Amino acid sequence: MMSIRSLAGACLSAFAALSAFAAPASAQNYPTRTITMIVPFAAGGPTDVISRIVTAHMAQTLGQSIVIENVVGAGGTTATTRAARAANDGYTLITGHMGTHAASVPLYPKLAYHPEKDFEPVALLAGTPILILARKDFPPKDLKEFVAYVKANAEKVNAAHAGIGSVSHASCELLNSILDVKPVGVPFNGTGPAMNALVAGQVDYMCDQIVNAVPQINAGTIKAYAVATPERNPSLPNVPTTTEAGLPAFQAQAWNAVFAPKGTSPAIIATLNAAAIKALDDENVRKRLLELGSVIPAPANRTPEALATLVKNEIAKWTPVLKPAS
Amino acid sequence: MELFANLAHGFAVAFSPINLLMCLIGALVGTLVGVLPGIGTIATVAMLLPITFGLPPVGALIMLAGIYYGAQYGGSTTSILVNIPGEATSVVTALDGHQMAKQGRAGPALAIAAIGSFFAGCVATVLIAVLGAPLTKLALAFGPAEYFSLMVLGLIFAVVLAKGSVLKAVAMIVFGLLLSMVGSDIETGASRMAFNIPELADGLGFATVAMGVFGFAEIIRNLDHGAEMDRNLVQQKITGLMPTRKDLVDSTPAILRGTVLGSILGILPGGGAVIASFAAYTLEKKLAKDPSRFGRGAIEGVASPESANNAAAQTSFIPLLTLGIPPNAVMALMVGAMTIHGIVPGPQVMQKQPDLVWGMIASMWIGNLMLIIINLPLVGIWVRLLRVPYRLMFPSIVVFCAIGIYSVNNAPVDVVLAGAFGLVGYWLIKHDFEPAPLLLGMVLGPLMEENLRRALLISRGDWSVFLSRPLSAVLLAIAAGLLVLAVLPALRAKRDEVFVESEG
Repeated sequence: MMSIRSLAGACLSAFAALSAFAAPASAQNYPTRTITMIVPFAAGGPTDVISRIVTAHMAQTLGQSIVIENVVGAGGTTATTRAARAANDGYTLITGHMGTHAASVPLYPKLAYHPEKDFEPVALLAGTPILILARKDFPPKDLKEFVAYVKANAEKVNAAHAGIGSVSHASCELLNSILDVKPVGVPFNGTGPAMNALVAGQVDYMCDQIVNAVPQINAGTIKAYAVATPERNPSLPNVPTTTEAGLPAFQAQAWNAVFAPKGTSPAIIATLNAAAIKALDDENVRKRLLELGSVIPAPANRTPEALATLVKNEIAKWTPVLKPAS
Repeated sequence: MELFANLAHGFAVAFSPINLLMCLIGALVGTLVGVLPGIGTIATVAMLLPITFGLPPVGALIMLAGIYYGAQYGGSTTSILVNIPGEATSVVTALDGHQMAKQGRAGPALAIAAIGSFFAGCVATVLIAVLGAPLTKLALAFGPAEYFSLMVLGLIFAVVLAKGSVLKAVAMIVFGLLLSMVGSDIETGASRMAFNIPELADGLGFATVAMGVFGFAEIIRNLDHGAEMDRNLVQQKITGLMPTRKDLVDSTPAILRGTVLGSILGILPGGGAVIASFAAYTLEKKLAKDPSRFGRGAIEGVASPESANNAAAQTSFIPLLTLGIPPNAVMALMVGAMTIHGIVPGPQVMQKQPDLVWGMIASMWIGNLMLIIINLPLVGIWVRLLRVPYRLMFPSIVVFCAIGIYSVNNAPVDVVLAGAFGLVGYWLIKHDFEPAPLLLGMVLGPLMEENLRRALLISRGDWSVFLSRPLSAVLLAIAAGLLVLAVLPALRAKRDEVFVESEG
């Protein structure tokens, strides 16, 4: 026998479901159904892993499940276009990153969306720092020698990257523009093959996200000159920052952040932002993100406004660097 | 012996009930994925990856690995029965496998594919355990120049395996290379031949073209009036399910050679497994006393490439396990699975995660045993499928192909494109062009172009790099040798025997 209370509860939730169907943009009792989080890269990549760790906790806070949908292709811009055109009811979100919401602007002249005009920023999740890496027998011993060597041998050195538009490509272009060198850039199809070439010594140096590089550095198959963040990373305590090593201008990390389609109600954004912040303060979430070598944003950088500023600054930072390349 | 201690440890891990179950699920799903045309391993592993997040890491990876090598078993089934290769690695299996089916010998073809795969799987498992670390050096020795030369050799294989006119085979390879150029330029990111269709920005998918020129084209041809007899032939004349003693005697050396070739080439990142199956087929054809049997139902033409692709599927785990670098897209997804479980793949993974590495190696052998137990009895069921009236069979094939193609990228455009390639494929069949060299050109094209450009970028435009690097030079010399055999008029008679035995 079903008790009166549970029957009443069932009626209520049925009513709630109906009204949610009738007025999907209703912000008061958001969320009333499953939320879809689009991840613009394949399952298992850094953006995907960070999204899964954080959204699992957000789902508990929000009381609704969050389904991750991996939509791949065209450097993440296919997925981002889809998110930009989705209903702005708070039930379709996207984990954008440095590439989809900043570097794509100069790289794809016919981009079907604009990161600032077509999205509402929700919350910055985590960043993965960029390292300056080289094959293990590359002559320079530290970053100072590296800078001098690359400048003196700009004609001879090869820099690998994981394909046009990838994080490793964008950050290497930034490094080269700071050093004012134009080494030959050797494109690979993804980080794996590029790392393979670096381990095998077929190319001289590259810039890559910390997740991929830590095990190789610890095994001594490649070497790292510096990490391009203000602080050293706990997973590589012996690798100096670019500031310590004498190249403070080179600052780069592949940040990941949640965005909603333009016009999503401020109340929904606030609910989502609070859930994301709560996740970032959770001990278990922090532990898992730190294990990946990620950097968790400071409280001041977690607001939607701070994310809007970050996107603006990042577009301004990458546009002059990547424009000539495309 | 450390090796035996490690293997014993691996078997202890793999024989836990949960891991045995995971291995079985992986093998079953893999067989299904391989059998269903159009549904590829990459799409399946990507779809199933999130499900594994709740599982213990060793079990999750055992299951994903099972899907990968299990698909190599199943992939041959549709190649043989309906002339539709499920995976790039079973394209060559269709050449003789489907001919065998037409002669009523689908049973022996399927059985020998399973037996060859099992043998190759067992050998490759031992190879990973014993030679994993030293073989890694081979993967690292292959730079852009070596890859380019290997791809050139691969394309020469495509000419040799053609059974009709050499000119037409070359035309098909070039057509395949052209198709492979659709998409973004790797060096500049510029769009090539994409006609502003966003779905073409990443290029044409292998599944799209393969399902079109093999699958849909074959169906259109079968619905042709002229093909009625041919079709009935497949349905009615079924002799024995299992290989005869003569079949086994003929196949044994082919399986051995296929296993060796596959094991070596599988270690190479990229197109290793595809090249392995084509190379194995070419080798058999060159060594055969009577090459004219190939393309007409020679059992060696099934045994050798099927052994090679299974061996290659397994040895391709070596770079992942010893270097932590994924050699292909499926392996990249496995790296993702490890990362999510908090295991960082890398050169130390063998020391730090002995449970995972040795458990996976041991599970491969168990998985292969399961696969042959699953697949041999299935032969009878598959063969019975041929008796299903064609008017019921072809709509199901079309539906499965369409679902498969759509599921790769969730893109409706891909299904439309496959339809268009179906028409192209029909025209090609009608004019005696073979689709296999086209697909090889398409698979090898991007690897060839990218590595040519990489090699020349690194050498600053100096072409001599292809000859000054010893491995590259050897590969080019073999390629040149094969080509000379085909071109020199003095060897015309020999060439006729090798290449154009079935012209007219």
